[in-house]
Amino acid sequence: MRLDMPASPAAAPALETRGLAKSLGGIPIARGIDFRLETGERRALIGPNGAGKTSFINLVTGHLAPSSGRIWVGGEDVTALPPEARVKRGIGRTFQINTLFAALSVLENVLLPLSERRGIAGRMFRAAAADAGLAEEGWALLERLGLAEDAARPVRELPYGRQRLVEIAIAIALRPKVLLLDEPAAGVPSAEAGIIIETIAGLPRDIAVLIVEHDMDLVFRVARRITVLVQGAVLVEGTPSEIAADPRVRAVYLGEAAAS
Amino acid sequence: MVPATDTAMDAALSAAISIAFHGVAYGMVLYLISVGLSVTMGLMGFVNLAHGVFAMAGGYAAVTLMARAGLPFFPALALSVVIVAALGMMIERTLYRRLYDAGELDQVLFTIGLVFMAVAAAKFIWGPQPQPAPVPEYLRGQLVMGGRAFPAYRSFLILSGAVVVAGLWLGLGRTRFGAQIRATVDNRRMAQSIGINTSLLFTCSFALGSGLAALGGALGADILAIDPTYAQEHLVFFLIVVAVGGLGSIIGPLAAALLLGVTASACSYLAPQFGAFFIYAATLAILLWRPHGLFGRKGAGP
Amino acid sequence: MSAEAAPLTAAPSAAVAAILGRHRLRAVEALPWLCAGLGFFALPDYLALGSQILIMTLFAMSLDLVLGYAGIVTLGHAAFFGTGAYVAGILALHGWSEPISALAIAGAAAGLLGVATGLIVLRARGLALLMLTLVVAEMLQEAANKLGWLTGGTDGLQGITIAPLLGRFDFDLFGRTAYLYSLAVLLLAWWLVRRIVHSPFGHSLTGLRESAIRMRAIGAPVFRRRLRAYAVSAALAGIAGALLTQTTQFVGLQVLSFELSGTVLVMLVLGGIGRLYGAFIGAPLYMIAQDQLAKQDPVNWLFWIGLLLVLIVFFARGGILGLVDRILMAMGRRCA
Repeated sequence: MRLDMPASPAAAPALETRGLAKSLGGIPIARGIDFRLETGERRALIGPNGAGKTSFINLVTGHLAPSSGRIWVGGEDVTALPPEARVKRGIGRTFQINTLFAALSVLENVLLPLSERRGIAGRMFRAAAADAGLAEEGWALLERLGLAEDAARPVRELPYGRQRLVEIAIAIALRPKVLLLDEPAAGVPSAEAGIIIETIAGLPRDIAVLIVEHDMDLVFRVARRITVLVQGAVLVEGTPSEIAADPRVRAVYLGEAAAS
Repeated sequence: MVPATDTAMDAALSAAISIAFHGVAYGMVLYLISVGLSVTMGLMGFVNLAHGVFAMAGGYAAVTLMARAGLPFFPALALSVVIVAALGMMIERTLYRRLYDAGELDQVLFTIGLVFMAVAAAKFIWGPQPQPAPVPEYLRGQLVMGGRAFPAYRSFLILSGAVVVAGLWLGLGRTRFGAQIRATVDNRRMAQSIGINTSLLFTCSFALGSGLAALGGALGADILAIDPTYAQEHLVFFLIVVAVGGLGSIIGPLAAALLLGVTASACSYLAPQFGAFFIYAATLAILLWRPHGLFGRKGAGP
Repeated sequence: MSAEAAPLTAAPSAAVAAILGRHRLRAVEALPWLCAGLGFFALPDYLALGSQILIMTLFAMSLDLVLGYAGIVTLGHAAFFGTGAYVAGILALHGWSEPISALAIAGAAAGLLGVATGLIVLRARGLALLMLTLVVAEMLQEAANKLGWLTGGTDGLQGITIAPLLGRFDFDLFGRTAYLYSLAVLLLAWWLVRRIVHSPFGHSLTGLRESAIRMRAIGAPVFRRRLRAYAVSAALAGIAGALLTQTTQFVGLQVLSFELSGTVLVMLVLGGIGRLYGAFIGAPLYMIAQDQLAKQDPVNWLFWIGLLLVLIVFFARGGILGLVDRILMAMGRRCA
């Protein structure tokens, strides 16, 4: 069943959190989350609105500081590290609301993360284009995501669906060990949604993917396991069929449906 | 109790009272002018460097209405406030409104442009020299309280400031309009989604802010002389009041304005050789310590 | 998907090559230097104004680096210009009259001030950042005003003498040496800034301008990058200020003023921000117009500048270069 388990079971998980808790303005948004994501896993994080899914991602990336609990990436404790240092440890993310370099071209949008990953982004006196292979790698990435034809266009001129692809391209350019996708396909037309699913499916096997998504169709196509988050705590975790059959999950979703 | 010490003590006490008195009067003027700026900046997130223009306009309007149209003090004051509030409303509706969603830089450039135009226009119409403060005869004397003499007009200033503070406190705390303002400062999107007409709210609060600035400009002409460079020269102090007090609050700017007024008054009395240096240094320190001001309503956020 | 994408990939590669080749010099980039050279021979009576234009161009270009590229909106850039100006003036009055080393020292001093104030100022965002830059400049001006023994207070520093350039060229009355000196410094600074904006670091600055949140999420040390840009820009502004001191032999309080911070902002915006050449368009235009118009009618001059700012904001956000871009694009579309 767990085809994507790492070869060596002794290896540290790609991502692990223990007792992760956070309150914002007195309202708990994470209540002791214990979470484990193995290397190469494809996991979905689902839950009703306001369950704390995006907050969980922000806690993992360091955009939010936890009140208590710890976070490990590849066995290393990153709880005290700022977001940029966590990126260097292999955390890559997309944003629920497009957070792109709007005035820059699509190509430049992926060249920036590529330069950061290669550690050349701080160089002041060498032409960026002079770096061998940088542009080629960027171009190859755009071709893979079907963005090559828009390479020279400013991102803000692209339709929404294609901007979502740029979100993913930026994250993939970092070659993360853990990729966090925050509703990558929400509001995306089916053509682009198809590319997104294909892209995720085609990611290297050693990347662990956590995808937050409402579209159950997409979740079932991408994820092998699902974690259900409710009110800032893990309700249940299991395979898609287990989750689909779980009465507590049904209660949560049906309850929500009845309430709204 | 040696008599010499006694007189020294008394002199020091007199100086302290005089500094505090002048400082509070100055602070009230700064407050009147800046509170509108705080509310509009908090509401709309608009970096408005042209707020001083409305204070200046209020000052000029009051002076002109009294000197040339021969209106008595209070009617001239009231009319100035109404005129400037209307002017503010007009400019908000036609120009400001179009830049609410623009970047900070556009807002800065636009409002600096307004300041330049206002400075030039004022110089063209009224000439470069400062205008005499529109102080009526019956407020010119001294007021004797507890054996000490206080300038009557400054006392009147402080009283007016206190009345406005009370009015705003009650008005924004108790009325529907005030509740809507508070809700919108906290979360604009949320406010819109619960049916608050933020567009109308912006216009009304902008008019109110302009009117209050006009009142401050006209009343405070005795302390901040009305001349063409007014809007530019005092801009830093208005901004300090807003930034230190915190955006979108009524009480924050009051505390900041009084603090600034008293500090400025004390500095000019006790350490004139340092000028405003201390004030800038203190502002720097406060904004470092609390980037959203002493009473900022917007949290630091992630 | 590759089957559909394949025929398309060939077409945009020309546009992509244009993006990747932007660091290569183009013929049109020689234009400002040709104009500056021509001006030297054609307008010998205007060399004093010419030097000031070159200096303000340098100052505006330094602002472009922080404002146009890194997206840091500052209202206090005169702090660095003024620091450079005063350092050069004080050095000269205390016997250090060799211009080039003094220029370097002034630049270093302004750069250090950039680091020191940047450590404070750049932690803030939005209104607080704006306020802090403004307050830093006001504080320095007030200090210069009150430290009369060092700065001459409101009288400024007078009686500055500068040794001949390279030990050979006197700063002559006609301003020939001053002009060529300023031109040489501007050329060097332009070369430096041009390298920077086309470097990976320069690109990351535009990334910061567009989205600091995303920059953090791709692992960029946001604060350090901003600080570095701020320091480089401050040093260049300081060099511009020192040039003004050395070429006019005078320093006054206005070199630290809010008016100057505003003026240089107007120049840059007029030319177009974030384009490297905005300074080369805006500063000369502004200075020449001011020279022609402001003398006759300083009141109306201010009014027109104000109106111009408002019009730029509403109708021409890219400044003059932005308009040129739009016209070229429209023509290109018509041809295509």
